[in-house]
Amino acid sequence: MPDQPTSPTNGTDATSPADSQWPLWEVFLQPPKGEAHEHAGSVHAVSAEQALQNARDVYARRGEAVSIWVVPSASITASTPDDMGPFFDPGNDKPYRHPQFYKVPRGVRVF
Amino acid sequence: MPISAQPGFVSYLLRLGDDRLVLGHRLSEWCGHGPILEEDIALANVALDLVGEATLLLKLAGETESAGRNEDALAYFRDSTEYRNALIAELPKGDFGFTIVRQFFFSVFSLLQMQALQRSSNAELAGIAAKAVKEAKYHVRHSAQWVVTLGDGTEESHARAQAAVDELWRYTGELFLTDAVEQEVASAGLGVDASTLAEPWHAQVEEILRRATLTVPPVSYMQRGGRDGRHTEHLGHMLSEMQIVARSHPGATW
Repeated sequence: MPDQPTSPTNGTDATSPADSQWPLWEVFLQPPKGEAHEHAGSVHAVSAEQALQNARDVYARRGEAVSIWVVPSASITASTPDDMGPFFDPGNDKPYRHPQFYKVPRGVRVF
Repeated sequence: MPISAQPGFVSYLLRLGDDRLVLGHRLSEWCGHGPILEEDIALANVALDLVGEATLLLKLAGETESAGRNEDALAYFRDSTEYRNALIAELPKGDFGFTIVRQFFFSVFSLLQMQALQRSSNAELAGIAAKAVKEAKYHVRHSAQWVVTLGDGTEESHARAQAAVDELWRYTGELFLTDAVEQEVASAGLGVDASTLAEPWHAQVEEILRRATLTVPPVSYMQRGGRDGRHTEHLGHMLSEMQIVARSHPGATW
């Protein structure tokens, strides 16, 4: 690909004429208090407040969450399938990166 | 006769329940027809909240009446002249702007009413109100957000929202009418006289309309009649659809 600036809207440009829908937002729910927010899905909305409400109505109406985050999908920079090799393969042949040679001391909880 | 068995209290509970049943049914007509999937679900959620509140209120009305009618009997086997909802609830759903403006007007009213009813001397009604307050808060937030989005949106959305405000305004006065029933339940500590809710309602509604760049129509004539069973032609049509299954198969269960 020629030197194309990696616009944050790449791939998820909800304003392109082909997409008649409103901008897309990613939804993260915190299941019970104290746990990390997890990706639940996405909603369309014209504003952050509307995205929050739509997320509540679509993903949290049965008491699934105690907190909701919404993030414009366009703000997410994601790796591509082309990145698979350079990003993730080099780790596989370096066993010393995996701390599996250590004996876990007694009394330490193994997850 | 215990205080809660006053006939006025039964009439009052029917007003509370019928407002929510009829409006909930009108909202449910959007199911599968919402402007986008997310809003379709949101409208159905609000509809379910309202029908849920109506179920509890009509159940309490039936128990208070002690004539052997449960919430289903009250919902499905009364004719339009026996319904006590305000006319604003029964108007056809119109376009999305009309539905949203109506929902906003009613939700602000409902929140004020239910906040006051949390102090009802009838413990069951106070409990229902406490549940309804949480729901109504979200209904206000959701519909107010939409009123501002539509009013302060495109030329088309503004025009439709303003048309809805103009059309609906004359049905808002009925929400705050006072009569012997309202005064009876208010003096018994069971309910709240609706006329006391007019001032805070106008303050909140007009604030949002201003933010939405919508104009409050000059007050002229206010429609009325629903509280006494005098309805528009629309309620009968709506009820015939809502009641047909229950009436065709009395006693059916699933």
